[in-house]
Amino acid sequence: MIRLEGVGLHYVQGTSPGPEVLRDLTTVIPEGGFRWLLGPSGAGKSSLLRLLHLAVLPTRGRLSLLDVGVGDATRHDLALLRRRIGMVFQDFRLLPHLAAFDNVALPLRLAGRPEGQIRADVTEMLRWVGLGGKLEARPAQLSGGEQQRVAIARAVVGRPHVLLADEPTGNLDEVQAERLMMLLKEMNRLGTTVIIATHNDALVARHPGQSLRLEHGRLVEHG
Amino acid sequence: MAGWSSMARPRDDLGLGRALGERMLPLVVAAMAFLAALALAGSVGAAALSKRWQEGAASVLTVQVPKATAPAVDTPAVPRLERVLAILRGTPGIASARPLEEAELTELLRPWLGSGAGRLALPLPAVIEVHLSGAGPDLAGLGTRLEAAAPGSTPESHGVWVRRLSALARSLEACAWVALGLVAAIAAAVIAAATLAGLAVRRDAIEIVHGLGATDGTIAARFAARATRQTAAGAGLGALAALPVLLFLADLAAPFAPAGQALPPGMDPGLAWLAALPIALWLGLPALPAAAALIGYATTQMTVRRWLRQLP
Ligand SMILES: Nc1ncnc2c1ncn2[C@@H]1O[C@H](COP(=O)(O)OP(=O)(O)OP(=O)(O)O)[C@@H](O)[C@H]1O
Ligand SMILES: [Mg+2]
Repeated sequence: MIRLEGVGLHYVQGTSPGPEVLRDLTTVIPEGGFRWLLGPSGAGKSSLLRLLHLAVLPTRGRLSLLDVGVGDATRHDLALLRRRIGMVFQDFRLLPHLAAFDNVALPLRLAGRPEGQIRADVTEMLRWVGLGGKLEARPAQLSGGEQQRVAIARAVVGRPHVLLADEPTGNLDEVQAERLMMLLKEMNRLGTTVIIATHNDALVARHPGQSLRLEHGRLVEHG
Repeated sequence: MAGWSSMARPRDDLGLGRALGERMLPLVVAAMAFLAALALAGSVGAAALSKRWQEGAASVLTVQVPKATAPAVDTPAVPRLERVLAILRGTPGIASARPLEEAELTELLRPWLGSGAGRLALPLPAVIEVHLSGAGPDLAGLGTRLEAAAPGSTPESHGVWVRRLSALARSLEACAWVALGLVAAIAAAVIAAATLAGLAVRRDAIEIVHGLGATDGTIAARFAARATRQTAAGAGLGALAALPVLLFLADLAAPFAPAGQALPPGMDPGLAWLAALPIALWLGLPALPAAAALIGYATTQMTVRRWLRQLP
């Protein structure tokens, strides 16, 4: 379960606090829930996902993720919590010096999985996103859409409890986007909480679901 | 966590092997280890000299007694030699007093008088060898009392000079230790700076791995393992390079502090060069890479963990 109570966030710029980009967010997303995260550009969608991925911590209010109060957790607790949250970044964030295979294997290696299992899982995952023939390719040798699929594979390969995706279809064609939605819905059906930020109204129309709508850093619609 | 790299060779997820600038680190550490080896040799050498001088002479005093068989001035019933011995043995701070035998005296005087000294009909003064204990006696008071019993018999201390020399040696030793400490501190600073540069270059990669749930310990261990290997290798190189220089210096110093140690009986004489350096150095030189590795490990761990605090 994800619970936000009066959560606010401002980025620190130099030494002075910048303007609040998220304000007074209060909502609950139950375990296994599904949410679209909608809103105009600059509304704070990526910032909210960053918060849920613990890449930034709330500067106001209380946030609890998978029943762990983020404010009380130690650094080590936060690291372990991050392993249970998969994230597809808007800009992919692949490690440029590692092959696609090793990028996808990274979360499994961090979790200490045996290498044999890693080989099987990663190969299957990359084959599923249509990159079975590009295991050894570096990110720079892949197209934007292929990089996005590597990023998706990395986010889901560890079977996270929560999956956050920031514009995951931005670089995909219709067919790939539909395949991705099938994967995410299947994971959601198996119990993963899924939150997808997108501008793609057609996609939302084809896959109706509950949504959170942000405007100027405030939640204007939830549930 | 350890399973991040479950294969034999640790994986280079952070791209640590690629930064050319950091290949300088082993060379810098090698240079510092070279300096440390010289400082170590300096401290060992100074300590050996100081010990030799102190043990050799500081605890010995000689007293010459002219006209040894003449009656003592203050107690005419006993000869002067007997009287002086009695005074010496009754003085606190003196462990023993022993008149030298004729043969020893001859041996002592041979450089001046030649081997025929014993047969000369010269009235040789008696010479008493005195071993001191603890801080030794009050020399001025002792001198007055000896003068009263046997005029002309004064205690002659080598101690003053020896004390000055060994104070010098001890100062040199202290300087060498300060130099060693400085080398270690500079090495730590250099390693910390190299680590910070490496962290800045890999900021993106570290943020990604951090976001995937790597703990501070895992990330710090990656950097520390690499720094440990590099500093150990660099210091090994430096210590090895210093070895010929130390052997050369030991050769130069040999006339002043002869025979650092005797070869154990039955030892292959082909290994005699081992005896050229004191044992302390043979132990200290291999300790340099170990110490460097420890400094490299600890400095890197601290630097990385501290740097990671800027991430949530
Ligand atoms: N690292 C940062 N430091 C300071 N301000 C930031 C930072 N990241 C984002 N912002 C600001 O926060 C606000 C929200 O940005 P955010 O990226 O969350 O929007 P978004 O809804 O994801 O937009 P888009 O749909 O274009 O991706 C913007 O005004 C942006 O300028
Ligand atoms: Mg965004």
